[in-house]
Amino acid sequence: MSFTPGTELGRANQEVFAETLLTLAKEDKDILAVTSDSRGSGKLMSYAAALPEQLIEVGIAEQNLVGVAAGLASAGKIVFAVSPASFLTARALEQIKNDVCYSDQAVKLVGISAGVSYGALGSTHHATHDIAVLRAIHNITIVVPADNLETAEAVKTAAKMTHPVYLRFGKRPMPDLHLSGTPFEIGKALRIRDGSDIAFIAAGEAVHPALKAAEELDKSGYSTRVISMHTVKPLDAEAVIRAARECRAVVTVEEHHTSGGLGEACASTLMEANVQVPFKIAGIPDEYAMTGSQVEIFRHYGLTASGLARTATALLEDQ
Amino acid sequence: MTDHELYIKSIEYRIKLLKYIKMAGAGHTGGSLSCVDILNVLYNRILKVTPETFSDPGRDRYIQSKGHSVEALYIVLADHGFFPEKELETFYGYGSSYTGHPTRKVKGVEQNTGGLGHGLAFSVGVALAGKIDQSAYRVFTLLGDGELAEGSNWESLMAAAHYHLDNLCIIIDRNNLQLTGHTEDMCGLEPLAQKLEAFGGQVRAVDGHNLTALTEILSKVPFAEGQPSVVIARTVKGKGISFMENNPKWHHGVPDDNQYEQAQQELKTKLAEIGS
Repeated sequence: MSFTPGTELGRANQEVFAETLLTLAKEDKDILAVTSDSRGSGKLMSYAAALPEQLIEVGIAEQNLVGVAAGLASAGKIVFAVSPASFLTARALEQIKNDVCYSDQAVKLVGISAGVSYGALGSTHHATHDIAVLRAIHNITIVVPADNLETAEAVKTAAKMTHPVYLRFGKRPMPDLHLSGTPFEIGKALRIRDGSDIAFIAAGEAVHPALKAAEELDKSGYSTRVISMHTVKPLDAEAVIRAARECRAVVTVEEHHTSGGLGEACASTLMEANVQVPFKIAGIPDEYAMTGSQVEIFRHYGLTASGLARTATALLEDQ
Repeated sequence: MTDHELYIKSIEYRIKLLKYIKMAGAGHTGGSLSCVDILNVLYNRILKVTPETFSDPGRDRYIQSKGHSVEALYIVLADHGFFPEKELETFYGYGSSYTGHPTRKVKGVEQNTGGLGHGLAFSVGVALAGKIDQSAYRVFTLLGDGELAEGSNWESLMAAAHYHLDNLCIIIDRNNLQLTGHTEDMCGLEPLAQKLEAFGGQVRAVDGHNLTALTEILSKVPFAEGQPSVVIARTVKGKGISFMENNPKWHHGVPDDNQYEQAQQELKTKLAEIGS
């Protein structure tokens, strides 16, 4: 059986999240989804119909969502608090910090429609800050799955975790990047293809354009590695350092501001390890993002096959 | 415990919390003195929780949303054997677990609090889990009046009413003062009882320093089937020390040596009056 990463279109990661959660929750009545008028956006309508007793609705009240989730978790419930990433991680940030992380309540925070999934709705609905703010909070694992396999595995792992975790999902159907059965482990990056000239270290829905860029670069004679860094915290430092040592340039790619996200996490890891490499952070610059569809916004900021290939080529040619 | 013993505790707790505030050179004196009688009644009369049952899923919960009045909580927990009182000598100290707001590092503390407007949402979650599990435990949470300006409380109260959480009792330490001054001069809360009722609470008011009345009202929880109970405890900030009462200066004021002597003298005189 042959498998080529990125060729078969799967479903939206947040759909796979909801489906996986439903499967788990049918087997364990302690699993609860808590929503803030977000069951539709979170693709939890089937879940709500199948397990109405295992869905807690709090209305449009994200602060309460997170506080209530912490209380439920403290009483032994396995709680997935689901809300658009933009609101969950800004409106309820103090609840995330105090009620969940500082108090070590094992809530699973689920940021849906993350990044610029809600591209045309404008910056109120964009979540391009979430990874940065959560990286600065102690005691939370940050997971940004790239495809359906990573999503399903991340949800299953999160259900068993005894400390806080943030799962970040988008709403666009994602191509499969891994062969079925690929082992997934929190904190351990997945290498999708190997190469020695350029390394793309990407996360979430930005992994696929990085893969397409790698294919273009290969045609131009640049051997290109692609890593899905699904866990941004704790970062797989070994994979980052190896990429920098084994390749001539590193480009990080993320659907997030270039401040405080995956790119800066990789940069500080390399600086502190005293590894020098031509390095570029691709993402959304310090401005309120252009509006339009997610695809248009990615194109605007060069987060496409050709845009990322140009970025990587320029980085190599500058040497 | 008899009413008489309870009143003695009320004075002894004040003597001790002033002692540790003085020793630390820091603390939230006024608010601890306003809520310590509530804690006294809760732990000595109402709550079914002990150091031995603190990990029991069926235990009653107490969550102190007004985390800054932590001295009152520490003193009462120590009195109940959750930890040796001597450990409070490290209160506010470098590396101490006995920080200026409660954390789960201290046995008996359910949740880290201190940021205001957090305790109620957490309590709603715990009460909701109790309902789902058909467990008999009750959840008591203490809120400051100043913290009611935090909108999150009102989100949580709506949820408590929506889910018919009659296993939840919200106690408001209505001492009328906050850091800067009178609550009604900051962002007025009144008519408070009507607001709480409109949000779905069953509201009762009580003299928050009358231990008999507090016992009576807290024994009646839930006040109505299917609704959260809300107690507005009318209290005096700085209660029990003449020069601290109703003075916002004592929100986190620490007595100097003379003031400390005078305060302890006042309390000892009261103790002698009621007879130990």
